[in-house]
Amino acid sequence: MFSREQVAKVASLARLHLTEEETGRMSHDLGAILEYVDQLNEVDTSGIEPLAHCLPIQNIFREDEVRPSLPVDEALANAPKRSGDFYSVPPILD
Amino acid sequence: MSLIDKTAAELLRHLAAGDVTSEQVTKAYCDRIEAQDSRVQAFLHFDPRRALEQAAAVDAKRRAGHKLGKLAGLPVAVKDVLCTRGERTSCGSKILQDFLPPYDAHVISRLRDEDAVLLGRVNMDEFAMGSSTENSAYAKTRNPWDLERIPGGSSGGSAAAVAASMAPLSIGTDTGGSVRQPAGYCGVVGMKPTYGRVSRYGLVAFASSLDQIGPMAWTVEDAAILLEVLAGHDPRDATCASREVPEYSKTVRTPIEGLKIGIVPEFFGSGLDPQVESAVKSAIDVLKKQGAKIVEVALPRAKYAIATYYIVATAEASSNLARYDGVHYGWRSLEFSDMVDMYSRTRGEGFGAEVKRRIMLGTFVLSAGYRDAYYVKALQVRRLIKEDFDRAFEKVDVIAGPVAPTPAFKLGEKVDDPLAMYLSDIYTVSTNLAGNPGISVPCGFTKSGLPIGLHLQAGSFGEETLLRVGHMLQSHTDWHERRPALQEN
Repeated sequence: MFSREQVAKVASLARLHLTEEETGRMSHDLGAILEYVDQLNEVDTSGIEPLAHCLPIQNIFREDEVRPSLPVDEALANAPKRSGDFYSVPPILD
Repeated sequence: MSLIDKTAAELLRHLAAGDVTSEQVTKAYCDRIEAQDSRVQAFLHFDPRRALEQAAAVDAKRRAGHKLGKLAGLPVAVKDVLCTRGERTSCGSKILQDFLPPYDAHVISRLRDEDAVLLGRVNMDEFAMGSSTENSAYAKTRNPWDLERIPGGSSGGSAAAVAASMAPLSIGTDTGGSVRQPAGYCGVVGMKPTYGRVSRYGLVAFASSLDQIGPMAWTVEDAAILLEVLAGHDPRDATCASREVPEYSKTVRTPIEGLKIGIVPEFFGSGLDPQVESAVKSAIDVLKKQGAKIVEVALPRAKYAIATYYIVATAEASSNLARYDGVHYGWRSLEFSDMVDMYSRTRGEGFGAEVKRRIMLGTFVLSAGYRDAYYVKALQVRRLIKEDFDRAFEKVDVIAGPVAPTPAFKLGEKVDDPLAMYLSDIYTVSTNLAGNPGISVPCGFTKSGLPIGLHLQAGSFGEETLLRVGHMLQSHTDWHERRPALQEN
């Protein structure tokens, strides 16, 4: 079960605008999927370390050397809205 | 025999010998695309003029006696999820419909360095999320063996391009089976390397701990040639391995003495199409006749792989797709009230239904109060799934089974049932969860002429083993020599 209220809450976290119809379908679909994944509770995982990454490597760093990076114009070339050397966005603070 | 019926290996030999020019080879494929792609719909972006320009440039290099790369003059189709500088990279999504990356993905640089011809960009499920390529915002790619059926997904365009002889080689990506499953459905070879074998720099991310780029071709030898080019360390991908790249293209032809093949009895249970079962078992028999021994192995937690995958992959996707917010690139909604509304409307308008579903699921399983019960739990089960594989690979060299439970299904058949669609990945997702390599090799056809794929998986960095076993199968079968009966215009 995944209620419409839960859908709305998660959609807000995900910054995803859903129509009424999408909300209804999402409630149904997510409910079914979550019911399916509940079977993981059958597995005894006590003391098991979560596995987030399969390759046994850690802390891959490089030397802090300046390297060429994208010129500003190339970096901004896909900007939906640009203002000088800035991405233009709606105000963040009132 | 026409140029488009030859393997990549054969074409490379002919090009090197001067029997044929890259322009001739590339033109043959361009002509084929023009003749067939209106029906198959594999290509999203195809510009024959640009392809032929690249081909001409390689021909000029060859005539001038310059040193040439390993793929010199050979056309390759690329899944539209790999950033290619100055070329539309849409990931099958409206949200990136006009996106022109300012840089090349590592594998694209590798193709250029080895003088390949970038033939065109092929269709995919949106952001690589799907098992049928029906989730593309742009086109519905058809299976060349039956145009009413799906080619598989998410690398459906990559598989169909090769299967319809529109490209000798293609590149796909595999997060839960998205190279291997379409390869199986389309009767071609498709391989997912070990996690970290190929750099993900420039691969538009779906699930960062699962995604891998892989080759698709008619033959295992061709896949080996392409993998050798793609693989290797790249300092720009912090998750990629430093290991040396073996000479896959050379070792592929050496059979494995004393090969031990693991069979998991549960893989052959109910839900498996009897014709698929029969073809897969026959393929295993072909390997037995070459001296392989069959050993029963257990993967007790494999049955939880789909549930585990759909928590882990969607969680990672929800994070990776947060960047599509209308700020730096891609679609921005035209009407909104404030910044947060801009994000929400942009994403609501730009993403398709499956992508939204997965973002929602992923966001939920990571959210406060649910993270431990879902996400952490899934990662724990993931470790157990990997340990099951590690134990099995102590006893066997490869595990063999079907790549999908059925042959290619019809367009529209599963679009309304997301869970049924997810279950078609049942044999492939565990490979990604464990970070292991896997390959699909053609092993037969159904009575109605639909391809069936054999799935082989090996332990970490077992690519050479997989390629050699795949070649052992192909050198004693001719499934890979059949071609779909596409009507000429």
